[in-house]
Amino acid sequence: MISSRRAPRAGAVVLVLLVVLAILAPLVAPYGMDALDLAHRRAAPSWSHWFGTDELGRDVLTRILFGARISLAIGLVSAAVSVTIGVSVGAVAGYAGGWIDDALMRVADAMLSVPRLPLLMISAAVLSPNVPLLILLVGAAGWMETARVVRAEVQSIKARDFVTAAKAIGATSTHVIARHILPVVVTTGAVATTLAVGRGILLESALSFFGVGVQPPTASWGNMLYQAQTTMSTEPWLGIFPGAFIFVTVLCCNIVGDSLAERASHL
Amino acid sequence: MLRFIARRAAQSIPLLLVVSLLVFALIHAAPGGPLALYLDNPNVRPQDIERLRHAMGLDRPLAGQYTAWLWSFVRGDWGYSYADGRPVGARLLERVPATLQLIATSTVAGVVIAFIVGILAAVRTGFDRAATLGAIAGISLPVFWLGLLLQLIFANALGWLPSSGRASFTGGGVSDLAAHLILPATVLALAHAAGWSRYLRGSVRQALAMPFTRGARSRGVSERRIVLHHALRNALLPFATVVLLDASIMASGAVVTESVFAWPGVGSLFTESLARRDYTVLMAFLMCASIAVVLLNLVADVAVFALDPRTREQP
Repeated sequence: MISSRRAPRAGAVVLVLLVVLAILAPLVAPYGMDALDLAHRRAAPSWSHWFGTDELGRDVLTRILFGARISLAIGLVSAAVSVTIGVSVGAVAGYAGGWIDDALMRVADAMLSVPRLPLLMISAAVLSPNVPLLILLVGAAGWMETARVVRAEVQSIKARDFVTAAKAIGATSTHVIARHILPVVVTTGAVATTLAVGRGILLESALSFFGVGVQPPTASWGNMLYQAQTTMSTEPWLGIFPGAFIFVTVLCCNIVGDSLAERASHL
Repeated sequence: MLRFIARRAAQSIPLLLVVSLLVFALIHAAPGGPLALYLDNPNVRPQDIERLRHAMGLDRPLAGQYTAWLWSFVRGDWGYSYADGRPVGARLLERVPATLQLIATSTVAGVVIAFIVGILAAVRTGFDRAATLGAIAGISLPVFWLGLLLQLIFANALGWLPSSGRASFTGGGVSDLAAHLILPATVLALAHAAGWSRYLRGSVRQALAMPFTRGARSRGVSERRIVLHHALRNALLPFATVVLLDASIMASGAVVTESVFAWPGVGSLFTESLARRDYTVLMAFLMCASIAVVLLNLVADVAVFALDPRTREQP
């Protein structure tokens, strides 16, 4: 819905930049990941420590760059997981119809009725997951909306005249799915993925903020905030900067996703 | 009407059964089951764990455990909190008023913000882009970070408002209660208003494009009246539905906000119980929250059915 092309482009550039910085973290970070500087503990932002240091004298900027690897990985891979599940479930339900459709949609309805964050918090507390399992959990909690949209699309395409015509002249199901249904679903999938990356990052940060997500000493943007919250009034930089990175990243994902959705609606 | 309600209510029962299976499976997915907490505790002897396992019925087949749990849940026997041994229902119930107060205030505030921003964005193109960016920003904000920032600015730096809790220990009447409410309610209201304002803008725009608005305009009805009486009235029902359907998001938001601001509601009971792995409380919370969500969805459907005759034609 943003008519300007500048905002989505800027968003995409920032996202690419963040990914590059995360990949190159060991090269670009000003200090070592766990390098302690006991002489400068809890130091406010300065030229030598742009974002300050934490209670062990670790450089906050460095930890944000290394944390970006975890946070972005969880966002990207969990989005891939949830969109894959969502598109598959939606396509199967929409194409097959009947009791398969009913069963799949009831499960989606049920999962949408359970508040997502508390559900994930309990799952994470019960399973005390490592990062790959956390990715699966976040991904498994986010497929329902995509499934619903894809299902509706598949149903509407299936009922169109050109599909009936294709079937009448002997097109197989495989042909119908590959030529007529997939191209539309791919667009939806792309939009859903961009938005799911942002949501995945938010969910990871919330889980870690409550101490059930990524566990220290591994840094993620969420668990940096978890460690910062008790000292927010005396060392606000510990919380402000990781949170700002979460915000900007999710904002860019949503701006890009919004403009993709806008363009897809004109197709 | 009654038949519609009965049919929709009957549809929610299998839904809630699937939810209950999900919740049950979740707790039992823990390595070591619901007693996992005790397995690591050197003060609890293996024979005590066996005794507890038997007392809680955990040595029975899973299907039997599920039906037993479900039956006692339906009867209102939700078990006892591991943390203090009190009945789970009582612990949840005493926290409900605070949560209702917070959710009601923030929902009203969020709706007001969404109205102002949504209508202006639908009518004034110049304002629309700013409103869009603002809404996307609002959706992208980590709720807990916004809470921490507002605490930092308004409680710590400026000292205008208390940073946490629902009231001062000394008590201070209505103004004290209101002062405690402002920050958490603002966080939730902003988080919700972001999505709602977009939705309202969309439906007002849609209504303004309908033939009846052109008709009104050609009859010389003022633009203000067209927007507020004709377009807004048409946009109102879908908007109310969206607010009700967001109940699940509100529950998640309340959990986060209450914890950040130490608001003594159900949400902070949830995070306290999470830290202690107090599974009976967690299960009951998740079931109650889901039931509330399903009920509000039902209310939304019934409202649409009752207020919009067009939806009644399709069976």
